[in-house]
Amino acid sequence: MILDFPQLISQWETLPVHVFTAHEKGEILTIGAGTASGAVSGAIQGTASGAVTEHWKWPEQSNVDLSMDWKKAARITAGIDVGSVSSQAVVLLDGKLYAWSSVRTGSSSPDSALKALNQALKNTDLTLEKIPYVVGTGYGRVNVPFAKKTITEIACHARGANYMGGGTIRTILDMGGQDCKAIHCDEKGKVTNFLMNDKCAAGTGRGMEVLADLLRIPIQEIGPLSLKVEEEPPPVSSVCVVFAKTEAIGLLKSGWPVEKVLASYCLAMAERVTALLNRIGVEKDFFITGGIAKNIGVVKRIERILGISALNSALDSQIAGALGAALFANALLEKEERGKS
Amino acid sequence: MVVAGMDLGAKAIKVVILSEKGVSAKVKLFPDLDMAQSARKALEEALVQSGTELHELKRIVATGTGRSAAPGKPALVTEPLADAKGIIALLPLTRTVIDVGAEEGRGVKITPQGEVVDFAVNEKCAAGSGAFMESMARSLELKIEDFGEISLKATQAVPMNAQCTVFAESEVVSLIHANTPKSDISRAVHDATASRIAAMTRRVGIEKEVALIGGVAYNPGFVEALKRTLSLETLLIPDHPDFIGALGAALIAYEQAVN
Repeated sequence: MILDFPQLISQWETLPVHVFTAHEKGEILTIGAGTASGAVSGAIQGTASGAVTEHWKWPEQSNVDLSMDWKKAARITAGIDVGSVSSQAVVLLDGKLYAWSSVRTGSSSPDSALKALNQALKNTDLTLEKIPYVVGTGYGRVNVPFAKKTITEIACHARGANYMGGGTIRTILDMGGQDCKAIHCDEKGKVTNFLMNDKCAAGTGRGMEVLADLLRIPIQEIGPLSLKVEEEPPPVSSVCVVFAKTEAIGLLKSGWPVEKVLASYCLAMAERVTALLNRIGVEKDFFITGGIAKNIGVVKRIERILGISALNSALDSQIAGALGAALFANALLEKEERGKS
Repeated sequence: MVVAGMDLGAKAIKVVILSEKGVSAKVKLFPDLDMAQSARKALEEALVQSGTELHELKRIVATGTGRSAAPGKPALVTEPLADAKGIIALLPLTRTVIDVGAEEGRGVKITPQGEVVDFAVNEKCAAGSGAFMESMARSLELKIEDFGEISLKATQAVPMNAQCTVFAESEVVSLIHANTPKSDISRAVHDATASRIAAMTRRVGIEKEVALIGGVAYNPGFVEALKRTLSLETLLIPDHPDFIGALGAALIAYEQAVN
């Protein structure tokens, strides 16, 4: 029936658009709305993204067990995990952990792999030439030039978790920089089933980094801060990281303290990854690897939702992939040696 | 008789004032966090522009995600209803209307009378929304208003794998590092967005003519990409495509006030 009133839409083309922002009193532009909206949105975005300190990055780390002597070892092997955000190197002496490191992945995967290995060996006189077998894993594994073999990160994480937490582990949640995997394995750390999300940043480390960057809070402090709430708030309603970021800004501006926003965000992430876990089922024992295993705010909430606790390990959860790769290298080298003799 | 239609979107509030003499105001306001106050301000500005007093306003109809914050006890309508009413008044041949806004994409199938037959919507994920395009333009260090034009200068089709906006940002940065021309990356982004929107719209069935509305309709690169993806020779675009929801709401307000 609107077609009975054609006069209603007269002047639709010619009448100018008036554009305002709620912050300012004045009118900002009275020309075509297309260009005006672009200019305004650009200006708003511009002020929002001016971070100088990179709060979102995990600090680089390395460790070496100086009670061990590599010169006395029969087999020296290494595993390199070149991830989307960080890269790790693990060096084993006769299948026992000797040195490891975790560094940021740069724009070049070969350089990142070498950087990780050099970082792990920095306080030793062991060098790459003396390591006969290196296995590469992670999303940049095909670009580890000195690796003899590449193995998927799923197999490596299961193997690494088996070493870190023991043979009773059956379910592993690996929360990496840009993906999240739920893995089932047997008592030897062999993968029996897995599911992964690598399509969407929600439920991955990248989602957490976006929040750390937004709030200018060092990433390692997010978990403890998120637990400082008296009452658990509801989770942020947006799944999408882009929308969740907008929602977090809204919550802060509406007066929510930072801890409450963090709690709300950590809970949403925990719900997201437990949904993935529940699709393959959770069998005991349960173990978490990857950078987010270091975020106690997410881990505690996952445990609460699932009603089970995750096994602890004294080792850094981020090295699981590289450790698994190094263990595979050790087994492969041993097999080679046996073949020769 | 004077009525108002308001569209409270994720990024902007649009207001249209109508009377039997025609459209007398089109106002767009970028709200702060107080949605209700921003909406009141937007309506006040629209009344000033049209030279109308508040008491002369017979009816207000509001639509959009933030519609519950609209002032003056308005009647509320959903976005597909408002889109359908608005587009059929301007472009009566439209049977499928695609609305790409800041945080939502929508495909609506309509009758010649402007009634909604079916619709599909994506509001869960930023891929296939204006927010995705803005984010990509920022990664490419291009102004959003130049982004579409630049994509039209592409010489090759570069594939883009990431759907997620967050991952697509990294992919764009990698493509820049690999010395891919910005025009080719821009085209890849436009094609990726168009294919998301097309897939969603195909769920309701695409019937000609197809019209594109929402702020993204100002982007000539997206228009070309969508035509390519849907194999369409013509894609109708009304004047002021970002105001169609508000126009539809105003037309519904007029209908309701008459009856």
